[in-house]
Amino acid sequence: MKRLLKGGRVVDPANGRDGAFDVLIDGDRIARVGRDLPVESGVGVIEIPSGFVVCPGLIDMHVHLREPGQEHKETVATGTAAAVAGGFTAVACMPNTSPVNDHAGVTEYILKKAAEANLARVYPIGAVSRGQKGQELADIAEMREAGCVAFTDDGHPVATAILMRRALEYTRMFDGLIIEHCEEQTLKGDGVAHEGMQASALGLRGIPGEAESIMAQRDIALAELTGGRVHVAHMSARQTLDAVRYGKARGAKVTCEVTPHHFVLTDAMLAAPVPYDTNVKMNPPLRQAEDRDAMLAGLRDGSIDVVATDHAPHHYDEKQVEFDRAPFGITGLETAVSLCFDRLVHAGVVSLARLIELLSVNPARILKVPGGALTEGSPADISILAPDLAVTVKASEMRSRSKNTPFDGWALRGGVAATLVGGRIVYERGTWTSGRS
Amino acid sequence: MKKDLLGIGDLTRDEIYLVLDTAEAMREIAERPIKKVPTLRGKTVVNLFYEPSTRTRTSFEIAEKRLSADTLNVAVAVSSVQKGETLVDTARNIEAMAPDMIVIRHASSGAPHLLSRVCKSRIINAGDGMHEHPTQALLDAFTIREHKKRIEGLKVTIVGDLLHSRVLRSNVLLLTQLGAEVWVSGPPTLVPVGIERLGVKVSSSVDEAVTDADVIMMLRIQNERMHGAFFPSVREYFNVFGMTEARVRRAKPDVIIMHPGPMNRGVEIASEVADGPYSVILEQVANGVAVRMAVLYLLAGGQEGD
Repeated sequence: MKRLLKGGRVVDPANGRDGAFDVLIDGDRIARVGRDLPVESGVGVIEIPSGFVVCPGLIDMHVHLREPGQEHKETVATGTAAAVAGGFTAVACMPNTSPVNDHAGVTEYILKKAAEANLARVYPIGAVSRGQKGQELADIAEMREAGCVAFTDDGHPVATAILMRRALEYTRMFDGLIIEHCEEQTLKGDGVAHEGMQASALGLRGIPGEAESIMAQRDIALAELTGGRVHVAHMSARQTLDAVRYGKARGAKVTCEVTPHHFVLTDAMLAAPVPYDTNVKMNPPLRQAEDRDAMLAGLRDGSIDVVATDHAPHHYDEKQVEFDRAPFGITGLETAVSLCFDRLVHAGVVSLARLIELLSVNPARILKVPGGALTEGSPADISILAPDLAVTVKASEMRSRSKNTPFDGWALRGGVAATLVGGRIVYERGTWTSGRS
Repeated sequence: MKKDLLGIGDLTRDEIYLVLDTAEAMREIAERPIKKVPTLRGKTVVNLFYEPSTRTRTSFEIAEKRLSADTLNVAVAVSSVQKGETLVDTARNIEAMAPDMIVIRHASSGAPHLLSRVCKSRIINAGDGMHEHPTQALLDAFTIREHKKRIEGLKVTIVGDLLHSRVLRSNVLLLTQLGAEVWVSGPPTLVPVGIERLGVKVSSSVDEAVTDADVIMMLRIQNERMHGAFFPSVREYFNVFGMTEARVRRAKPDVIIMHPGPMNRGVEIASEVADGPYSVILEQVANGVAVRMAVLYLLAGGQEGD
């Protein structure tokens, strides 16, 4: 079956395209991309409304799907439903499940669940250490064989410098990627919020930005020592960004990501509008305006490679407790695109093409997975975005099993019209186009 | 007054003075042969204490009883919290029995705010984690005003473990709002980041901080802090930060010495200072009952607010 996406603004930075192009899909593949493609008989035409954007499928390289083991928070099915509703055609999921994804059996289980759900593509990320305990390496090569695209002990950093060194060395045999949750554990201590005036006034134990940057510095040094590739996850502190810039300037194989909440929010959210709202508790914590502004600067100047959500669903009951007892984390899949449009593109921080690099091109390149480009012959994973759509965030209507978002009720400009995975429409927003035939 | 007293920030300057003035009237009740008035008759007050407390719980209970409220003490050790019930569920269950006010003490900062969001009862914060202890600051202000006849323009020096102290935070908010000059002093390891932005002067020299002080307020040092490497030893702490007579002599001749209790003699305060003529520590305890009566009266029986 053939479909023609007609009349959209195609933004495909990997192929140098930005303009009015049509995209012809044949089965699960992109057959042609060109201007004013002819409508052959038997081709279903999808008229793309004026102003809408057709781009390579967005890839969120940092999500927690919680399955196996924590299905009350999220499952592969509900998480990928949230993903496609958020415009993502693929997600990479963290290994801190129960049991931990530290051997091929768990990897295969996740992939089986993803195949059953048949929505977004799922790329499992394996644990660096067995049980994420930081003592011995997990079955890294076997997990890679089973489908893992990167390795991390996310939730924690890789515990020791020597284990990190070994992981970076070992994965060099297939030019693998270690994703690091940068956190010096003794400096973090039992902190629950950014160490600053807000936490001091509210009597919350603090976590300084240096808890993150010190570990990033260690890992960048080890990447240089070993020639391995390290990716700094969910960066929050300006000092960490400086460390990444320094590493890149020296030629270290280091990349980094930032979440929407770290370039939109600050620790002022701890006090207002809802004091001690557990939906503003995440790790790393929301930091000061200077840090938030540094993240925007890093997005603008190109030092930051990726926007990822760190989608961390938690059940209502788990969050409806005292602030210091609540788990860290918020959902992100269904708010990311709107926040990116509103706060990055419309605010003039980045161009639309650069946004697609952050959300699609670079995650594909760093994870070395298909996608990131609308190349003829490649899988038809396509996101159709509506840059000027008026969106009001409604947590209650989200596909994710959990509703722990601090953005409930926010009015944002920009959203998702439809999501195609392997040529299939897996999500569409209401009657976004009347021109389908 | 607002519905709840979660922190000093809930009170305007006028409301703080209203509490202090009302407490003057309440104190007179303690001097009567029959120390009871019918003001809160028929009102139910639940004292929900998740942390051990002798002074504050007793003080609230006496205050409630002198106002003729029906009081109920829920202590953590005998409650269903031990069975894994959440704070919100415990509060909702208590609320189902229709109390008028809940006085809560909890080890987590912000626990009273959580309660406030799910309860219709009025919530009084009796100390939450490292955040606030508003009635302590009110009784401290009452005690200061009694001795100095004013608060505005006084130099108040607070010394000790600033980082973990809810008494500090409430006092800083209240005293700066009323125009006092507040100095704080303690080991730099126990000074909250950014505290100077709350309008206080910070010095790691106690000698400098207490010079010409009108009021010296000591904060408790908990022995367990040593394990966090906040300071090397109790002996060194006392030598560098302990309130000795020599240090008190740097303050104004009519200085008063305060301590919210419980005191560690020989750690943060020398016995001769704690028991000296300038010490008002036991007056603070007595005033605590009057101030809490005023708060209870104003929230439940007095002027109805929004």
